[in-house]
Amino acid sequence: MAEITLVEAVRAALAHALEEDPAVVILGEDVGTDGGVFRATEGLWQRFGSARVRDTPLSEAAIAGVAVGLAAQGFRPVAEIQFQGFIHPALDQLANHAARLRNRTRGRLGCPMVLRAPFGAGVHAPEHHSESIEAIFAHIPGLKLVIPSSPARAYGLLLAAIRDPDPVVFFEPTRIYRAGREEVALDGASLPLGRAFTLRAGGDLTLVSWGAAVREALAAAEALSGEGIEVEVIDLATLRPWDAEAVLGSVRRTGRCVILHEAPRTGGFGAEVAARIAEEALDSLLAPIRRVTAPDIVPPLLRLEHLYLPQVDDVIAAAREVMQWR
Amino acid sequence: MPEPAAAAEDNRPYIIRAYGPDALRGALLRMFLIRNFEEAAEASYMRGLVHGTMHLSIGQEAVAVGACLGLTESDKITSTHRGHGHCIAKGADVGRMFAEFFGKETGYCRGRGGSMHIADPAKGNLGANGIVGGGLPIAVGSALSAKRLGTGAVTVCFFGDGANNEGAFHEALNMAAIWKLPVVFLCENNRYGMSTSTERSTAVPRVALRAAAYAMPGVTVDGNDISAVAEAVDAATARGRAGEGPSLVECLTYRWRGHSKSDRNRYRSREEIEAWMARDPIPRFAALLVAHGIMSEDEVRAAEAEAERVIEAGLEFARAGPDPSVADLTRDVYTTEAP
Ligand SMILES: Cc1ncc(C[n+]2csc(CCOP(=O)(O)OP(=O)(O)O)c2C)c(N)n1
Ligand SMILES: [Mg+2]
Repeated sequence: MAEITLVEAVRAALAHALEEDPAVVILGEDVGTDGGVFRATEGLWQRFGSARVRDTPLSEAAIAGVAVGLAAQGFRPVAEIQFQGFIHPALDQLANHAARLRNRTRGRLGCPMVLRAPFGAGVHAPEHHSESIEAIFAHIPGLKLVIPSSPARAYGLLLAAIRDPDPVVFFEPTRIYRAGREEVALDGASLPLGRAFTLRAGGDLTLVSWGAAVREALAAAEALSGEGIEVEVIDLATLRPWDAEAVLGSVRRTGRCVILHEAPRTGGFGAEVAARIAEEALDSLLAPIRRVTAPDIVPPLLRLEHLYLPQVDDVIAAAREVMQWR
Repeated sequence: MPEPAAAAEDNRPYIIRAYGPDALRGALLRMFLIRNFEEAAEASYMRGLVHGTMHLSIGQEAVAVGACLGLTESDKITSTHRGHGHCIAKGADVGRMFAEFFGKETGYCRGRGGSMHIADPAKGNLGANGIVGGGLPIAVGSALSAKRLGTGAVTVCFFGDGANNEGAFHEALNMAAIWKLPVVFLCENNRYGMSTSTERSTAVPRVALRAAAYAMPGVTVDGNDISAVAEAVDAATARGRAGEGPSLVECLTYRWRGHSKSDRNRYRSREEIEAWMARDPIPRFAALLVAHGIMSEDEVRAAEAEAERVIEAGLEFARAGPDPSVADLTRDVYTTEAP
């Protein structure tokens, strides 16, 4: 057991994977000698050498494409894109190749790769260093998409992603890289992909979230409990395939649902969650589903960032409003 | 614009031959301004006034100023994440730049772009870019528009040595070449893209060699020698204006500071940094001006003091500016606000 931060958990999972499986290789910009911008790969190059922890030129399309080629030949590449905002040239390889290789070859080629990238706002950085575009990736059949919200889940889910036979996109919320420590058993045990985590039980309202926003979800639930509103907090953790059963089961019990995400509202993954509930649990709903999200804007800089990021009070207000329906 | 070429026997440095005293004094002042601006930006960052990160160009001033010296306001530039110098060299107001850093309404982008996204279209600066290589194809589009409209304007596209490995670099150079566009691809080769040296990132020893693949001239010059930079860029812009197409100019230089504020400088040695600091482009240009009787030592010192005053006033302006209005949060995502 160790008390570690989320970024340390990522590093520990990468080290464990490199140790246990010689097919695992890491590649990306500044991941080697420098240990990564956020230090996620710190020390791995020294320990495992440059054949397995490889610095690449600034070439995002090729980083992703090389990972596809390696994966198709039996390696287990873990590629890093330095910030989510730089991922777009890599999206071509992910969407057009990584996601389809298995289907296109009718299973003769697989693509057991992971593509990691830090993402999300809250570090006062501009535009591409702050956005949350997970919905784009969740929309692509063939890709899996994981977003951890705690050190323990980062550790277990990253190991699962690396061991998974399909391509997994793994987004790490920078805002909580070092926001807190948690006891993690560094025993190489993975956590299941595609399963949600119920972080707090409650009978009055279901609150669905993922990534860094889970912190605000838990804080809001704590505050609402003081008002006599018991909130069930569900961390989806995997957005594709996502655990609809966990959400539907909870909503059937509570009859109310608030969805919280950091990404802008329109076309966000919250819309998918809401649609599924409407399709399959409408008869259980006592109130309209509410979404608490960023507005539909480009992430603004420091001075307006708090207006972009959903706040605990926004969640509380949405919950109170939903509770008023009888 | 450079003045007509002087007589053949004149063996003074290019910049002295090609530019008059006012332009030369202005160039030195701009170099001082950039240096002082960067130092003040760094100090502001340390005091918590600037958030996120920022990329300083201390040591690279001769490239920005030399490249922009022969440009007019109708000529365009595209800039990079390390773009403060480009902005100033293209005539930006340092007060509005600081205001942008501090996230104020009086900043160039009304506090929305920050250090990495200053644009000053009125002066021909199409903008800095937080995406490495992002400006390359945009510069080609800008040059195509100049060609279509017959404006005679050239576009100078700044990019780093790291950017030359992005696909966008290769796509942009090829397109500019097949359409013979008035664009100058200006590589600031400061030896590193973040922690990765050009030796480890780039298959050719000189970025300029890549010009051959796109059938355009490519030259490598000492980027700490403003005269050499101006000479190469002026030749390239003349070629562009004459309809002969694009050029690649590689300027060898060095950033004294780390890549950004979180850099631990583990990939390079103290000795290397100090060797480059000894090749400071600013005193070098000042000495050239003094040697050729353009300025006295006292006038050089006065220019430096003038730059300090301008920077101080700029900081004052930025500090006094209002914060962005909350009511404006959703403005300018679209031309007309979404319902
Ligand atoms: C597409 C993209 N990839 C990665 C980054 C992160 N990043 C910012 S600057 C930089 C290094 C750029 O090197 P170079 O082009 O040589 O410019 P320099 O920083 O040396 O001025 C990196 C990797 C980015 N901003 N955009
Ligand atoms: Mg560089």
